[in-house]
Amino acid sequence: MTTLETRPRRLSRTPSAPLRVGPASWLVPVRAGVATLGCLAALAVLVALDLAKGDFEIPVGDVVRTLLGGGDAGQRFIVMELRLPQTLVAILVGAALGLSGALFQTFARNPLASPDILGVTRGSALGAVAVIVLSGASGYGGGLATGPLQTMGVPLAAFAGGMLAATLLYLLSWRKGIDGQRLVLVGIGMSAALTAATSWLLVKARIEDAASAQIWLNGSLNARGWEQAWPLVWTMAVLVPLALLLARSLNALQLGDDSARGLGVRLQLTQLLTLVAAVGLVSVSVAAVGPLEFVAFVVPQIALRLTGGSRPPMLASMAMGAVIVVGADFVTRVLIPFALPAGLVTAVIGAPYLIWLLLRNNRKVSA
Amino acid sequence: MTTSTSTAARLRADSVTVGYGEDPVVRDLSLTIADGRVTTIVGPNGCGKSTLLRTMSRLLKPTGGTVLLDGEPIQDIHTRDVARRMALLPQSPIAPEGLLVRDLVARGRHPHQRWFSQWSPDDERIVDLALEMTDTTHLRDRPLDQLSGGQRQRAWIAMTLAQDTDLLLLDEPTTYLDLAHQVEVLDLVTKLNRERGRTVVMVLHDLNLAARYSDAIVVMKDGVVAREGTPGEVFTPALLAATFGLDADVLPDPRTGLPIIVPTSSATAVEAIVERKELVDAPGL
Repeated sequence: MTTLETRPRRLSRTPSAPLRVGPASWLVPVRAGVATLGCLAALAVLVALDLAKGDFEIPVGDVVRTLLGGGDAGQRFIVMELRLPQTLVAILVGAALGLSGALFQTFARNPLASPDILGVTRGSALGAVAVIVLSGASGYGGGLATGPLQTMGVPLAAFAGGMLAATLLYLLSWRKGIDGQRLVLVGIGMSAALTAATSWLLVKARIEDAASAQIWLNGSLNARGWEQAWPLVWTMAVLVPLALLLARSLNALQLGDDSARGLGVRLQLTQLLTLVAAVGLVSVSVAAVGPLEFVAFVVPQIALRLTGGSRPPMLASMAMGAVIVVGADFVTRVLIPFALPAGLVTAVIGAPYLIWLLLRNNRKVSA
Repeated sequence: MTTSTSTAARLRADSVTVGYGEDPVVRDLSLTIADGRVTTIVGPNGCGKSTLLRTMSRLLKPTGGTVLLDGEPIQDIHTRDVARRMALLPQSPIAPEGLLVRDLVARGRHPHQRWFSQWSPDDERIVDLALEMTDTTHLRDRPLDQLSGGQRQRAWIAMTLAQDTDLLLLDEPTTYLDLAHQVEVLDLVTKLNRERGRTVVMVLHDLNLAARYSDAIVVMKDGVVAREGTPGEVFTPALLAATFGLDADVLPDPRTGLPIIVPTSSATAVEAIVERKELVDAPGL
């Protein structure tokens, strides 16, 4: 059995408590609940810091007061108009990427399956770079916020690119059903092809277009506002509840396709909806901030180690993703004085983990 | 006893064909599963026995004919409703690393649950009962991957029991187990049938175990039923030669009278056996 395993052995004992209200009932995993609340608490602290620090420092107490409707006009402007939208985008992108990764990894029963590895993120990047380079809009190097084509065209192309890459991945890996191992292998191949196509575009592009495309490719939270936040809010309002509804079927799906169908799961519908949700979440994130490397890949596995369940947890992955991305925003905006793209910070965390995971699984498979 | 052809039987295959073209895997096959009995499908490799079981459990769609569950074509029944009436243990199920036995068994409640009702008192009671019936209660907090092969298979069977169905379909439940664990699993199957009234349909490889643990044997060859009946009726040297290409003596088990199949070896092997016997016997001479 070469299926890559998704959880550590030590943390296996998860007591769960039944929660019953009238005819409704749930089994609440205690440790996962505590871990999720812990992540949310950490997130609250990070958000407060992120809103307080910057070129113009505001005491954390005043930040909280401003959020609750108090504060003076200057503080209101800085917190509500300048910093809150960007922090909100960071929270939403983090949550979306965390959930997307959790869905991919559960679906494929493989911790390597994440939009970064499978080429979905690459598809989004190719779409966006194509618009930046082919539209030849020189002289907007300061950001994407000049002209309707740049504000709408790039995110739309990123979204469409992700969706197209995922559709292609699905069709290429389909052989009387979707197998996780095959999905990963096909995805790695596709990822390489899409990266090559992106590089080709960059080589062919005029130097200033290539430069602005490169900025976008690094993934940056800089100067993100409400116009990036709203598409995230609407997409997540649909896809997060969908993902949570799928959780039960995904639990059954972990026991293999035959077992899942024996348990009454509508296999292909569940798989399709899971992929749609996962791809939608990652595409809308990439459209908002560019590819934040490895967040969707690493976060669900960290969350899994915290919660100790048998598959990457959805809620904890969302909370953990938000922590990581807001943290990256804080690091790049406050701690490091020169404007480093947040995507580099997440990549620095993710790359060593990928190597570790590959080595560990290599040992396990050959054992 | 032969499998009854009464229309009251809950699970039937009616002229089922699976696969396409000149050489389908299962060909125009009709079979009635006797309620309350243990029916075992045997046959040489590639005879279509697993395909038949998978078709009867709705994993595969027949290209011709119908499988009837409670008189209804099984393809017309909603997946969830099939899962409420019939539980299936597939040939090689997989479990995520570290999955606890009780979490595995709890997943058997899936077809009975909704998103707002995921752990009712009924769920809890039936899961506890499933653990008890399979004698896995003491293993409930252990990860599946730390159990012996026999224990693990009992936990999987507990999961199918938690589905709370009268019909149980087991696809080679003893594969990869050593003999003691095979007996452990099949003893459990017998107990579920006799004490809990479960109807069991299984595919087995080992003919001696099939003879010992089944009420009815269905022998398949080349996609059709070659013979069905009780183990005593079915397992004859003539049938074994014809369907399995196996020269064998069939002897009565001294304890049960059930047939024991003893393969006849080639002339060279017999010579070798005699030689070894002489060496062993020599010091005593």
